[in-house]
Amino acid sequence: MAVVRYRDALNQALREEMQRDERVMLMGEDIGVFNGAFKVTNGLLAEFGEKRVRDTPISENTIVGMGVGAAMIGLRPVVELMTINFSLLALDQIVNHAAHIHYMFGGQVRVPLVVRMPQGAGHQLGPTHSHSWEAIYLHVPGLLVAAPSTAADAKGLLKAAIRDDNPVIFIEHEYLYGQRGEVPEGEHVVDFGQAAIRREGDDVTIIGISRMAVTAEKAAVTLSSEHGVEAEVIDPRTLRPLDLDTILASVRKTGRCVIVEEGWPHGGVGANLAALIQEQAFDWLDAPVGRVTGADVPMPYSKPLEEIAYPHEPQVVQAALATIREV
Amino acid sequence: MADHPLPDGAVAKEWLAAMLLIRRFEERAGEMYAKAKVGGFLHLAIGEEATIVGSVRALRDADYLISTYRSHGHALARGTEPDRVMAELFGKETGLCRGRGGSMHMFDLERRFMGGYGIVGGNLPLAAGFGLASDYLGTEDATLCQFGDGASNQGTFGETLNLAALWKLPVVFMVTNNRFGMGTALERHSAVTDLHKRGEGFGVPGMTCDGMDALDTYAVTSEALRIAREERRPVLVEALTYRFRGHSMADPEEYRTKEQVAEWRKRDPLLTFGDRLVGEGVIDEPEREAMDAAAIARVDEAVAFADASPFPSPESLYDDVYVMGGQVRGWWSVDTTHPEAGPPTHPEETTASTGEVPQAMTAALEAGEDT
Repeated sequence: MAVVRYRDALNQALREEMQRDERVMLMGEDIGVFNGAFKVTNGLLAEFGEKRVRDTPISENTIVGMGVGAAMIGLRPVVELMTINFSLLALDQIVNHAAHIHYMFGGQVRVPLVVRMPQGAGHQLGPTHSHSWEAIYLHVPGLLVAAPSTAADAKGLLKAAIRDDNPVIFIEHEYLYGQRGEVPEGEHVVDFGQAAIRREGDDVTIIGISRMAVTAEKAAVTLSSEHGVEAEVIDPRTLRPLDLDTILASVRKTGRCVIVEEGWPHGGVGANLAALIQEQAFDWLDAPVGRVTGADVPMPYSKPLEEIAYPHEPQVVQAALATIREV
Repeated sequence: MADHPLPDGAVAKEWLAAMLLIRRFEERAGEMYAKAKVGGFLHLAIGEEATIVGSVRALRDADYLISTYRSHGHALARGTEPDRVMAELFGKETGLCRGRGGSMHMFDLERRFMGGYGIVGGNLPLAAGFGLASDYLGTEDATLCQFGDGASNQGTFGETLNLAALWKLPVVFMVTNNRFGMGTALERHSAVTDLHKRGEGFGVPGMTCDGMDALDTYAVTSEALRIAREERRPVLVEALTYRFRGHSMADPEEYRTKEQVAEWRKRDPLLTFGDRLVGEGVIDEPEREAMDAAAIARVDEAVAFADASPFPSPESLYDDVYVMGGQVRGWWSVDTTHPEAGPPTHPEETTASTGEVPQAMTAALEAGEDT
């Protein structure tokens, strides 16, 4: 298997799907001549031309809405938004239109649209460029939501997203863009709704979302080497559909669970998962479901403040140990 | 109005019939709302029939039409059966959108009526998307996007006109200027009240038409569509019109005077166009009355159809939230909030391609209805 950066794995997925299907086209701010703010679309304008790789004005709501319209009558647009914060400008088109059109028109028309965007803290981009909002899109029926944490999943899930007939919110991560990972050669498609078990263990289940799946894996290594605790690390990979079966099977085995996410605590992914777990695996739980989340603040700029505003490995270790000590 | 000659007799009669159908349909819809047969909001297009019929008749069958929350008339003008529009208002399974959309969200793919939309200004980007796809796929199809004067103040107006001009998209943007954004008069919501001028700064030339005159609306829209289709560039058309009824059924109309409404009613497009057809000998008065009676009878049939149709079944609640297959193998894999239905217990269930609902789910819904 080739070792590839996350951003290059995404680039491969886009290139291969554009080669495979003429209807696939890209729109976004600075994705063409500039080759993408994070270089995900590097080289695609040169290869596919201006018809299929379109630089847009800074008009997020309209870019996404045009993608919705084009998808309704036969194209398979992939729209890039520069950060997830900017997607709030397009929330009307994403929620009121993309997510609802198939349902509210009685199934007459489909919206095979992918909206890609990065999220995440760590680059001192402050309160308007650094948030993590899987929870906002997880909330909406009609959307599919993917949040890959490895290069292989970035490629495989994006290919699946482009081929699907539903609107997909595809959440990348700024920190992960530069990370390398093995990516299978050739056709590599990862189905939605299948969680990955990153590490097996019997003592506690740790569910990591987006980048936090990586943090959770690091924490699991520390838990094993320093505390003799064997954690099972699960990366759901997609939040809609959600592979609750794999999560519940793990929790029923370990009796303990910690959910790690970069987003805010209230109404977050962890809040939702904790509810689902206690509804369906209450009798197996030996401790309350723990959560490690981003701080309940707008993301600060200053480095020391930013550092404590999103989760790191020690907090995950502490949260996992807490579920054990509480017994 | 006399500037434009009438089209040939059969065409002129069809236009009058189309306007009569919309008028009588809307009146009955209002009555059905008062009887609580229709819920939610109901926005009637009474007074705007000439704008609707004149512009829609300028379209080819393969062209796309997209409208707003005031969209019954657009569906009817496009040829959608009144039965299915009325049944949608009644929230019935036989409605255009199976009762999922209601008054504000009509849609008829077969006739390329690409929907009514409840978000003011939300349909403009979609229209540009249709134009983009038409261009991309190399077709001659054009798009007619209708929206109100209120929508011209949304950000999507400027964003979409700019993009449509930049990418040379075959879209005609038609602002139906009925002089009020809900209850806020044009002069109170727009610094520039000649709305057709608002496109110039974005590179979209403007035209105006008399929206109370189907002939003028037809002529101007036809030219705009020609420019869009042949010259590959968008046009903004301002149709000057007036709605005779309130914004919705829940509108006490305290923002305008009875005198103003009465003045506009003198220009009722059904009266003026009908008078002209009689005046030029296309029809006589008895035929005019017969046409009106036929429209009323057609609407009566639609009401009877809607009344007799079933409501959607509780089992259908989850239909069409997702396109099944591909990444969605069953609604339960996405919606996990109903533990009683549970995840699939048999592997073969994961390949189900429809939104079939397990028994437990049905039971839960029925129990919910009783409380």
